[in-house]
Amino acid sequence: MNIHEYQAKQLFEQYGIPCPKGAATSSRDEFESCIDSLSEGLVVVKSQIHAGGRGKGTFTDGFRGGVKLAKTKAEALEFANKMLNNTLVTIQTGPAGREVQTVYFTEGADIEKEYYLAILMDRATSAPVVVASTEGGVEIEKVAEETPEKIFKAYVDPTIGLQAHQARGIAFKLGFEGKQAGACAKLILNIYKMFWENDADMVEVNPMISMPDGGVSALDAKVSFDSNALYRHKDIVAFRDLNEEDPKEIEASKFDLNYIALDGNIACLVNGAGLAMATMDIINHCGGEAANFLDVGGGATAEQVTAAFKIILSDPKVEGILVNIFGGIMQCDVIAQGVIEAAKAVSLDKPLVVRLEGTNVVQGKKLLADSGIEITSADSLADAAQKIVDIVAAN
Amino acid sequence: MSVLVNKDTRVVFTGITGNSGGFHAKLCMEYGTQVVAGVTPGKGGQLFDEKVPVFNTVTGSIENEGANTACVFVPPPFAADSILECLDAGIELIIAITEGIPVNDMALVKKKLLETNARLVGPNCPGVITPGECKIGIMPGYIHKPGTVGIVSRSGTLTYEAVWQVTSLGYGQSTCIGIGGDPINGMNHTDAIKLFNEDPDTEAIVMIGEIGGDAEEAAAAYIKEYVKKPVAGFIAGTTAPPGRRMGHAGAIVSGGSGTAEAKIAAMEAAGIVVAKTPSDMGTALLEAWGK
Repeated sequence: MNIHEYQAKQLFEQYGIPCPKGAATSSRDEFESCIDSLSEGLVVVKSQIHAGGRGKGTFTDGFRGGVKLAKTKAEALEFANKMLNNTLVTIQTGPAGREVQTVYFTEGADIEKEYYLAILMDRATSAPVVVASTEGGVEIEKVAEETPEKIFKAYVDPTIGLQAHQARGIAFKLGFEGKQAGACAKLILNIYKMFWENDADMVEVNPMISMPDGGVSALDAKVSFDSNALYRHKDIVAFRDLNEEDPKEIEASKFDLNYIALDGNIACLVNGAGLAMATMDIINHCGGEAANFLDVGGGATAEQVTAAFKIILSDPKVEGILVNIFGGIMQCDVIAQGVIEAAKAVSLDKPLVVRLEGTNVVQGKKLLADSGIEITSADSLADAAQKIVDIVAAN
Repeated sequence: MSVLVNKDTRVVFTGITGNSGGFHAKLCMEYGTQVVAGVTPGKGGQLFDEKVPVFNTVTGSIENEGANTACVFVPPPFAADSILECLDAGIELIIAITEGIPVNDMALVKKKLLETNARLVGPNCPGVITPGECKIGIMPGYIHKPGTVGIVSRSGTLTYEAVWQVTSLGYGQSTCIGIGGDPINGMNHTDAIKLFNEDPDTEAIVMIGEIGGDAEEAAAAYIKEYVKKPVAGFIAGTTAPPGRRMGHAGAIVSGGSGTAEAKIAAMEAAGIVVAKTPSDMGTALLEAWGK
């Protein structure tokens, strides 16, 4: 789960991580009071959306820059008014962009040098890793590719946590000296504490800055959380912004379905993430394009399957449906029952190809055959994919 | 012969009194697996399915029933604790089926795991089966057939797909290992490939991977160096959009790493016959095997 920068900064404050003072609002009426709550001087006006590349983004009305530096209060108000409820397109949003529903004002910072800092879980070592670079404010992937010697890492033993000497080591490698190295190490240790205690997937600070007064500060914050651990973090769940999510994905999550909207016209309903991906792949191979990724999971009920059907059919692009179930923990008769109930409940008017295999397959196939619903059945994955692609192409 | 599990394996199910734990314990027993005990704290002394003794602790199942392998079906918030209990009790092979364990919990489990000689398969996996002898997990038994093909995969249902294709072509499996789709798990592809390579009764190997991470690349490098047996493979997620997490917590392409293209290239460079579609996994195996 992702959160906004202003929410991440609230967590930073709780953990004593220095960052510029700021105030966020979704209401134009509060712009002035937000700006007034900051010290006089430069104000940074920041669009709050769950996507990177905001600074270099462009709004659909032509206004450039989702992050702007204002020299005066009047200028800050002008920028904020242009951003709010405007649609920002960045390299990460796709061409449709995202509507800015919250604007975040922060005090301008006196930047001496920019750095990159992130903490994430490293799959290869099964442990958290601190990643830092002297090249801040730019794309870290590019730094990793072109100048890997400028990236420093510290692997953490999760049972004892990040050690002070590791944080100091990173600070010295970044070129910090004296007291400022201590301040940088403290910032890194506190970010680790926040990362671990809240089950974050990743905390990225780009840039972290050094300041002429000897301080360090987290200028930006991108934080995401392990969705499997949200059950023990009610305060983090409260940060969830449904405006940032596809309504169909929100509906799916209510039923514990794993749904991701895609661009094609063939909806798929599959059990298991690997098979769901493979089903998308083979639809593509047969000349079609999947409208979604949908994994109904291990022990889906008839109710969940009905919900899944409603969700995929609410996508106007869908011209055909492929159900591909290989029952293990999932029983084919349960899926079949769900398909039948769903077809009745939503008055199904799109072509439907069903391929069933696995636990209770005989009962499942019989249920479908006896249901009176128009279903094209398929015997293999290739057969199923080819059938739905051909049917949709013919219509 | 086979790897990891066979007819002599004595299994304890943790979470046996839960709905899905109980359902699958019964199916495993019907398949012929020796399910010798169950563990549910507070329900010690009961009998599961009128014949399997339930204990409060894993140690109880070892001392009284000689359990040597555990199948973990405990819900996510308590699953890491159950795996750690198995490790502390001295279980040699732990197969964790539970889906949705927080990654921090698994980081702690992994650290502990590496201090022992135990093997962990999973979590978030279908389990391990040696056809005709022992099924530990949630895979449908009837699609398997005893034979000489070793199969390893991160995905559950995609493994069934591969098994079914191999069986339908008339070949059986020595052992099938589902290593699970989580970012931190126990055995990886390379560990499984090593076992298959050393097993005299495994003649050919199918390795199924998916986008994200670099475990498939590492396994391909190992195969290139050490494995003379024929290997076929498949990578799921060629059409998955970058930056989106495709269900498995591990299946995500980010920052250009973990792409299907890179994995397929590494596998082909190692002499692995990579199936073009998930429907061709069986025929890719025959091609690699020269059958």
